[in-house]
Amino acid sequence: MSSTTKSVSALMPGELSDSGQRRAMLAEIDASCRAPVLFFVISGLAWLLVGTLLALVTSIKLHHSGFLSAWEFLTFGRVRPAHLNAVIYGFASQTGIAVTIWLMCRLCRVPLVSGGLIVLAAIFWNLGLTIGLVGILAGDSTAIEWLELPGYSTPILFFSYALVAVWSIITFRLRRESHLYVSQWYLLGAILWFPWLYATAQIMLILEPVRGTVQAAINWWFAHNVLGLWFTPIGLAAIYYFIPKVIGRPIHSYYLSVLGFWSLALFYNWNGLHHLIGGPMPAWMITVSVVASVMMLIPVITVAINHHFTMVGHFGKLRYSPTLRFVVVGAFCYTATSLQGVANSLRSYSEIVHFTHHTIAHAHLGVYGFFTMVMFGSLYYIIPRISGREWPSLGLISLHFWGCFLGLVLYVVPLSYGGILQGLAMNDATVPFMKVVEGTLPWLKLRTLAGLLMALGHVAFVGNLVWLLARVFGPYRKPVVAILSGTETPAVAGK
Amino acid sequence: MKYGPLLFLGILFTLASSWVGLVLAPYKQLGNLLPNPATNAVGGVSYLPEARRGEAQQGAEHYRSLGCVYCHSQQVRPAGFGGDIDRGWGKRRSVSRDYVHERPVMLGTSRTGPDLTNIGERQSDYSWHYTHLYNPQITSKGSVMPPYPFLFEKRRVGLGGVSTNALKLVGEFSPGEGWEVVPTDAARQLVEYLRSLKSSYDLPEAPLPKTAGEAETATAVQ
Repeated sequence: MSSTTKSVSALMPGELSDSGQRRAMLAEIDASCRAPVLFFVISGLAWLLVGTLLALVTSIKLHHSGFLSAWEFLTFGRVRPAHLNAVIYGFASQTGIAVTIWLMCRLCRVPLVSGGLIVLAAIFWNLGLTIGLVGILAGDSTAIEWLELPGYSTPILFFSYALVAVWSIITFRLRRESHLYVSQWYLLGAILWFPWLYATAQIMLILEPVRGTVQAAINWWFAHNVLGLWFTPIGLAAIYYFIPKVIGRPIHSYYLSVLGFWSLALFYNWNGLHHLIGGPMPAWMITVSVVASVMMLIPVITVAINHHFTMVGHFGKLRYSPTLRFVVVGAFCYTATSLQGVANSLRSYSEIVHFTHHTIAHAHLGVYGFFTMVMFGSLYYIIPRISGREWPSLGLISLHFWGCFLGLVLYVVPLSYGGILQGLAMNDATVPFMKVVEGTLPWLKLRTLAGLLMALGHVAFVGNLVWLLARVFGPYRKPVVAILSGTETPAVAGK
Repeated sequence: MKYGPLLFLGILFTLASSWVGLVLAPYKQLGNLLPNPATNAVGGVSYLPEARRGEAQQGAEHYRSLGCVYCHSQQVRPAGFGGDIDRGWGKRRSVSRDYVHERPVMLGTSRTGPDLTNIGERQSDYSWHYTHLYNPQITSKGSVMPPYPFLFEKRRVGLGGVSTNALKLVGEFSPGEGWEVVPTDAARQLVEYLRSLKSSYDLPEAPLPKTAGEAETATAVQ
């Protein structure tokens, strides 16, 4: 292998010199992914709609407390965890797994093997989650944040996950590409980190609960890492894949990608206990996490330079590629939410915002602004390729993007600001508590409006997908939109 | 990067480091923490915090099941850090030992409503709690807490007259002539739980603040 091709495969995902051979291989891989990936995508998006509905109910309840309050199963304290688990384990995880499977096949250059295993995994995942969510609404929530699913449902999820992990390792072993592109490092990390996190949390918190505040330590070690070591690496892997792919330009720097990955692996997993600042924990535990959170500046800035500098000079392409538009917004939100996260982890700032709606805004900037937007962008690229059909409606794509984007801005900006005001008022003991509550109402109402915009975007997206799928199973028609999802043509000028 | 095994080992070792640091080490340090023996009023030994029993313990299950933790924290931050102590949510900060009996530990991350670490101390009146749970607007106008009508039974007043445990509801909240609202078992257990929430005992690592006179002496000795 000459040094030229080596550097190309290090910087561009899945490049081959012979474009005819390359196209045939990609088409074979995409076709092999069709049923398993679509199964995960469709279930993920079904949960997105369920989760969105639960979110709206939750949000309305916070400013109209009497709303749907007569039924026990719809009380705020049940709908809220049901929302979280539906979007985290139903939508985000399943869509993330779908994107992971497709990226693994593409980057390893192997058609998907044992698709039946993946479909089986998806069936079990949805089964476990449905049982768990009904359990939460019926009152069996564990009340451990991010782990509310009752103990009788989680082994089913874990079994399903094990199938996905085993499949991923097999695919990784079968790889025909010797060079591991940066996206693969992140994907392999996510696949191996998640079961360890989940098993530890399930065993030590739910099956055989440890005593006292050790629970809180493990709870936040898990909850922060499920973001940092499960969603973040999948999201970053997708950004690293799609930005160069769509704009046809190599990533800015290979060395920064190495530094970014290993510094994330080293520091992120020590972050979690900053959630307990001011709490009944030994100071060293919290301090260690605060230090690690500040160290996150290294991977965050590194990855930001790498992503954003790759884009420089190509922003015009945002107009034509929905993939790029969603992924680039996601990449910016990653930078923003990470910097906000560093600030939140400082004792002086946490003292104000810790128990406020600011934290909720921060969580949505991360999981929605970053991860969800990147997943939407990825699906705009993947689905036409595995289904052989283009997206039927440009208008619905625009509606999806602007609904989600404006919803996101309207959600995060006012609620972050309102949260700070709430925290300042709460720390001032001369302000009556009811005044603090009243002060949050305008921001909470704006949040419901933001949620409606997001819901509109989601419905547009799902509508477009249903339309597309109807064409897959109906007679073939000439695609309305041909260039939407960017180009497969390699354009590595100068390398 | 070409080396799969190197990547694999790196991925495992990085997470192993924090597993040891943030799971195993806290378990070693706090996993066997015991209640603190102290001489009680009658000269015997009691262990603090005391284990919760009976209806109060059953009430903890309702607190978990209804998701109260999403709006109410149960942790008092130290004096000078936030307004917790100034607001009267506790006399001293919470420490790990306060939670040795809790399963699950519900520290909470949100204060949409006030902290409840010492709600049993701050509000011990049964009828206030029942009325508040039935409809928070009666006791706390403007609250965003949802009403919990399903924790109460609305029934016709029996032949013996209004039940002794019926809620005293007037005006717009009145159930109507010939009707009464009584707490269910769940409401009773939940209120027993709330009344049991108090951390008004001394611990060696978190003594209750002394009265003004004692505090001056302590400073002088130091």
